Amino acid sequence: MSNPQAVTDHLMVELRDVNKWYGEFHVLKNINLQVKQGEKIVICGPSGSGKSTMIRCINRLEEHQKGDIIVNDVPLTEDLKNIELVRKDVGMVFQHFNLFPHLTVLENCVLAPIWVKKLPRKEAEKQAMELLERVKIPDQALKYPGQLSGGQQQRVAIARSLCMNPDVMLFDEPTSALDPEMIKEVLDVMVELAHEGMTMLCVTHEMGFAKTVADRVIFMDGGQIVEENEPHEFFENPQHERTQLFLSQILQH
Amino acid sequence: MSSDMSNSGHKPDGGSAQPKAPPANQPKFWNDPKKRSLLFQTLLLAVLGYFFYSVVDNTLTNLEQRGITTGFDFLTQEAGFGIAMSLIEYTEASSYGATFFVGLLNTVLIAAMGIIAATILGFLIGIARLSDNWLISKISAVYIEIFRNIPLLLQIFFWYFAVLRTLPHPRQSIEFFSSFLNNRGLIVPAPVAEDGFGIVIFGFFAALVGSWFMSRWAKKRQEDTGQQFPIFWASVGLILGVPLLLFLVSGMPMVLEHPELKGFNFRGGITVIPELIALWLALSIYTAAFIAETVRAGILAVSHGQTEAASALGLPKAKTLRFIVIPQALRVIIPPLTSQYLNLTKNSSLATAIGYPDLVNVFAGTTLNQTGQAIEVIAMTMAVYLTLSLVTSMFMNWYNARIQLTER
Repeated sequence: MSNPQAVTDHLMVELRDVNKWYGEFHVLKNINLQVKQGEKIVICGPSGSGKSTMIRCINRLEEHQKGDIIVNDVPLTEDLKNIELVRKDVGMVFQHFNLFPHLTVLENCVLAPIWVKKLPRKEAEKQAMELLERVKIPDQALKYPGQLSGGQQQRVAIARSLCMNPDVMLFDEPTSALDPEMIKEVLDVMVELAHEGMTMLCVTHEMGFAKTVADRVIFMDGGQIVEENEPHEFFENPQHERTQLFLSQILQH
Repeated sequence: MSSDMSNSGHKPDGGSAQPKAPPANQPKFWNDPKKRSLLFQTLLLAVLGYFFYSVVDNTLTNLEQRGITTGFDFLTQEAGFGIAMSLIEYTEASSYGATFFVGLLNTVLIAAMGIIAATILGFLIGIARLSDNWLISKISAVYIEIFRNIPLLLQIFFWYFAVLRTLPHPRQSIEFFSSFLNNRGLIVPAPVAEDGFGIVIFGFFAALVGSWFMSRWAKKRQEDTGQQFPIFWASVGLILGVPLLLFLVSGMPMVLEHPELKGFNFRGGITVIPELIALWLALSIYTAAFIAETVRAGILAVSHGQTEAASALGLPKAKTLRFIVIPQALRVIIPPLTSQYLNLTKNSSLATAIGYPDLVNVFAGTTLNQTGQAIEVIAMTMAVYLTLSLVTSMFMNWYNARIQLTER
């Protein structure tokens, strides 16, 4: 039996010399990154360093202007067909959950499977209920997002993404909008997901999470990847001055 | 404290061990909010009561002195004047009651036509205003700024005097699809049903029922197999196709009565008077500008995160609009849209300015002048507008309540 945690050689996400500008502002400068199937990457850095922009380029919520992004062997270009293919494979969880407030939790989860993957509603609902059970809120299925707590909403958002059976999950600061006591319930779900072998790219400052699950930690500053290392080395022995300063500031308290 | 206790002791019903002693710091009655508000409300009610009593009393006394009889008997009297356009049978010999209904129907007609056209135009322009295409978005911006900033009355005059009245005489009519456009209005062929047309109407209703069953079947099939069915276009095809097919099969049991030029005017066909066209154009174009802004605000109110989440799930743009953006935008759009519908209905009374025979024109105008029953006529007219508006807003409130978010 294969170990689900095993990292294979298949390249899931590849960024080659990716550059992006907002008008005059150069947000991403020559980003190179390879993520293998099953790898878990944690991305940190000061605000405005381009970390969110980078992962938002991977499912084309943002357009890059130079370089190549290849997801699961599909190159991201102007071609709408390719964008559709990539988005089917890539799930995303946002800082502010972005659940659809006019739909129930269950409807949030089955909308895309029914209309994008053309699943029968019965099957989609069955799968959604299984995933809601996995994030431990099956009893909230018929409620509306506005009736849930922040932590519950974020767990629904994770389940909603998983309903599309993605190969890669992107997390854009999933716990920054949560009250302290709700952070744990979301992180627990993410750790479990990591143990099941999901390929993950997480923008987060939860250093405990990084130490537990990450294969690599990436530090970004000024639109560049400054440092990249496995977590133990990264925290114990940061090479760059900028990284040392950043770590000293976030670990001070 | 001690004074309060002794006070309560003096009351005849109070014992020495009074269980419900008044609170120690009971305020003076003019400082007690409850008693104070009771006092003011009683005073206000008394003043209002006296006001209405004196108005009614005054009016009755005045009417009596001038020898004017009150009551609604005049409604059965012969009106003695013609009306340029009526949806029901009406002649000069008809009663004032008939005049009322002619005016009412004409008002309802222009309001309904205006609401439909303004809604379609307003939604199109509101969405165009948000287009990524520079030209389209600027054209709709210019449209909105021009038409909502010019007084409506002026726009009615523009369409009536500057556009429709300058059209050629009937002899030089502009002809298209066997219809004629001239300064007396638009004359179109009148459809006249022959024997056997009933089957076409039956087919139409059968198709309506059929498409309802079809949508249920499509939903069931999706639930079981996941296969999608283009229910919207299939229903459109069914509802248009079935009656058309029956019409052709049954030997086209309908003839068009073509208008013909006889002397200086047309005979036959249906004449749409220029006053109706001018009023309809002005009301729809003016109100559409406001609806467009409402629609734009509604769509912008849906946060960008919603479309991003839909994109991240792989939903295409059209489905994102249909399932995510429009349902949420409608919550914001409906209440101000209701106000626009009410405005349009009430603004239709400007018809009087160009002589479109609406309720205000034929009833609160001509009828009032001829009978002098000012109180009854104005009260009836006001009641009509009040009823129309209340019915509209009741319907819209019901719809709004249906689509509101559940929170907590």
